[in-house]
Amino acid sequence: MQKFVRLSSLVCPLPRANVDTDAIIPKQFLKSIQRTGFGPNLFDAWRYLDEGQPGMDNSQRLVNPDFVLNDARYQGAQILLAGSNFGCGSSREHAPWALLDYGFRAIIAHSFADIFHQNCFKNGILPITLDDEHMTTLFALSQMAQPLNLVIDLQQEHICLPDGEQLAFVTDSFRRQCLLEGLDDIDLTLRYRAEITAYEARRQETAPWLFAAESSVG
Amino acid sequence: MILEDHVTARTLYDKLWDAHVVRTEADGTSLLYIDRHLLHEVTSPQAFAGLALAGRKPWRVEANLATPDHNVPTTTRDMSAAEPISQLQVATLDKNCATYGITEFTLDDIRQGIVHVVGPEQGATLPGMTIVCGDSHTATHGAFAALAQGIGTSEVEHVLATQCLIQKKSRTMQVTIDSSVQPGVTAKDIVLAVIGHIGTAGGTGHVIEFAGPGITNLSMEGRMTVCNMAIEAGARAGLIAFDATTLAYVKGRPYAPSGNQWAPAVADWQTLHTDPGAAFDKRVTLSGAEIQPQVTWGTSPEMVTAIHGQVPDPADAADAGQADSWRNALAYMDLQPGTAISDIKLDKIFIGSCTNARIEDLRAAAAVVTGKKVASHIRAALVVPGSGLVKRQAEAEGLDRVFTEAGFAWREPGCSMCLAMNPDRLESGERCAATSNRNFEGRQGQGGRTHLVSPAMAAAAAIAGHFVDVREL
Ligand code: SF4
Repeated sequence: MQKFVRLSSLVCPLPRANVDTDAIIPKQFLKSIQRTGFGPNLFDAWRYLDEGQPGMDNSQRLVNPDFVLNDARYQGAQILLAGSNFGCGSSREHAPWALLDYGFRAIIAHSFADIFHQNCFKNGILPITLDDEHMTTLFALSQMAQPLNLVIDLQQEHICLPDGEQLAFVTDSFRRQCLLEGLDDIDLTLRYRAEITAYEARRQETAPWLFAAESSVG
Repeated sequence: MILEDHVTARTLYDKLWDAHVVRTEADGTSLLYIDRHLLHEVTSPQAFAGLALAGRKPWRVEANLATPDHNVPTTTRDMSAAEPISQLQVATLDKNCATYGITEFTLDDIRQGIVHVVGPEQGATLPGMTIVCGDSHTATHGAFAALAQGIGTSEVEHVLATQCLIQKKSRTMQVTIDSSVQPGVTAKDIVLAVIGHIGTAGGTGHVIEFAGPGITNLSMEGRMTVCNMAIEAGARAGLIAFDATTLAYVKGRPYAPSGNQWAPAVADWQTLHTDPGAAFDKRVTLSGAEIQPQVTWGTSPEMVTAIHGQVPDPADAADAGQADSWRNALAYMDLQPGTAISDIKLDKIFIGSCTNARIEDLRAAAAVVTGKKVASHIRAALVVPGSGLVKRQAEAEGLDRVFTEAGFAWREPGCSMCLAMNPDRLESGERCAATSNRNFEGRQGQGGRTHLVSPAMAAAAAIAGHFVDVREL
């Protein structure tokens, strides 16, 4: 996993509540068996006016000029500013893959759906939750003619505004450490191999039916 | 054996959690042991690829059970009828399961179907288990007093490699339905009413336990419908306590304990309920008797009202944010504020999905349809059974003929038009009464408009051509 320590970047605002993972990456793109290549179809139904299909040449498609990713001001943004309950719906990890593939490394929102929130951490994306008042400020600043640049410092758990103001945020300490060091969850868990095996042995004693294979068929 | 009165009262969630914790860090981060891992073709390929890349093997092969469902064709069992990328995904699942010796109900197996229909049907879903699947509707299995959660692909790989999840304990919420629903009102209406009440983020960070007579009087299939949509209320999982209904359902299923393991299993399952006096972080109570058949009008499951209601006016929204999302939804759905729900005309009907494609769902829909015809302007009406076994049972009861004589298409099992990864889909602008669980923009096809309802209400809408109270048909 890619480390996340400090990020200085433009901010792209998407002021919409309940953005679901179907909107982040429509289902026709889930057929890939790879983890990469989803970026060009991030928010496909909003980004283009015609219907996207896998394998299409996006440079030939009708771009929706009103959608924020197509606004020249926000090109290269690595921070997405989002509304409440961002990432709700389907558990598809293709959603954070698409955001990452497009270039987003951090998402600041009023709130996130649980599974999506979890999936972000596992892919090196930092989800940050801020209260309404700060979200309103950031949305206003990011929609000015001169786009907003923020610095996110995960070690310090704060966001620096251009005027020097700092907004504190909180992350789960375990998740923060994993991001800071780019740690792989599986390696971490396998350190406790002996404990998992011991748990299994205990459970096999007390609840053997959980370990039995199917009783009547092959 | 710990005596009941020596421990503090625990919720069902506490009990399931405690029984599965392998270790806990000081900050509460825990390793949670997983008893059952269900797999399908869409969210597993990258997990298997990651496993192979790291030179790892599944921790406990027998804990896994796989079936293709999301993008299989429903007109034939021949995968070569599907587009090449769908074929590749299903072939990849077949190959991965064969490589590691994981049991898979392949497309030609009568037991194949939607993973959340198949697990319970096989008894692979058991009370007291922790169950995961790379699919948010894993919440379904919580109906069995099992802690069932949807996970992402990285977690699929993590569970394959370690048989554990890394997780912190959730908060708890109890949703009580204090009385039985009226005849004609179903589990789907209960859960839609709950979502309408608490909102799609109402359960975020929580595990919801559904309780009260309105829940315990439901069949197992109804309970699955309720837990299935806990995710649409934002919850990580839904739960319902174990009781005689659960027991009767589980008994005799292929993966259920038998012989001398049955009695100890049942004794263990009897403890799977919330102790009197246990504390929840949140409690909500709804009157079951007051719940009316529900119809969603917008692009989020919380945008729902009773059949006799109207499309709301954004001017009446609680705040500017809600007014905005209502306006967006009405524009997308092409609806005017004040329109009576019963005046909304449909183009297509979809009866299926892991929410409502079990035998009781098909029976309820067939009962409405018997001897009638689908309205002439309906372009397509699909019935897609949840599994091969559901299909066979329905055919044995003659339900397939009831549907086809009325003008419905009778299909092979799969997710189908719930998410339209296969050719079953809405064209842009088409309006559908669907028994599935999500009415998001484009969910059933780009530009498609979805109204979520119960199977009986979908069947009634097919006959009338517009929404109608199934109790007045
Ligand atoms: S039926 Fe729909 S909601 Fe259920 S698993 Fe399939 S796609 Fe997901």
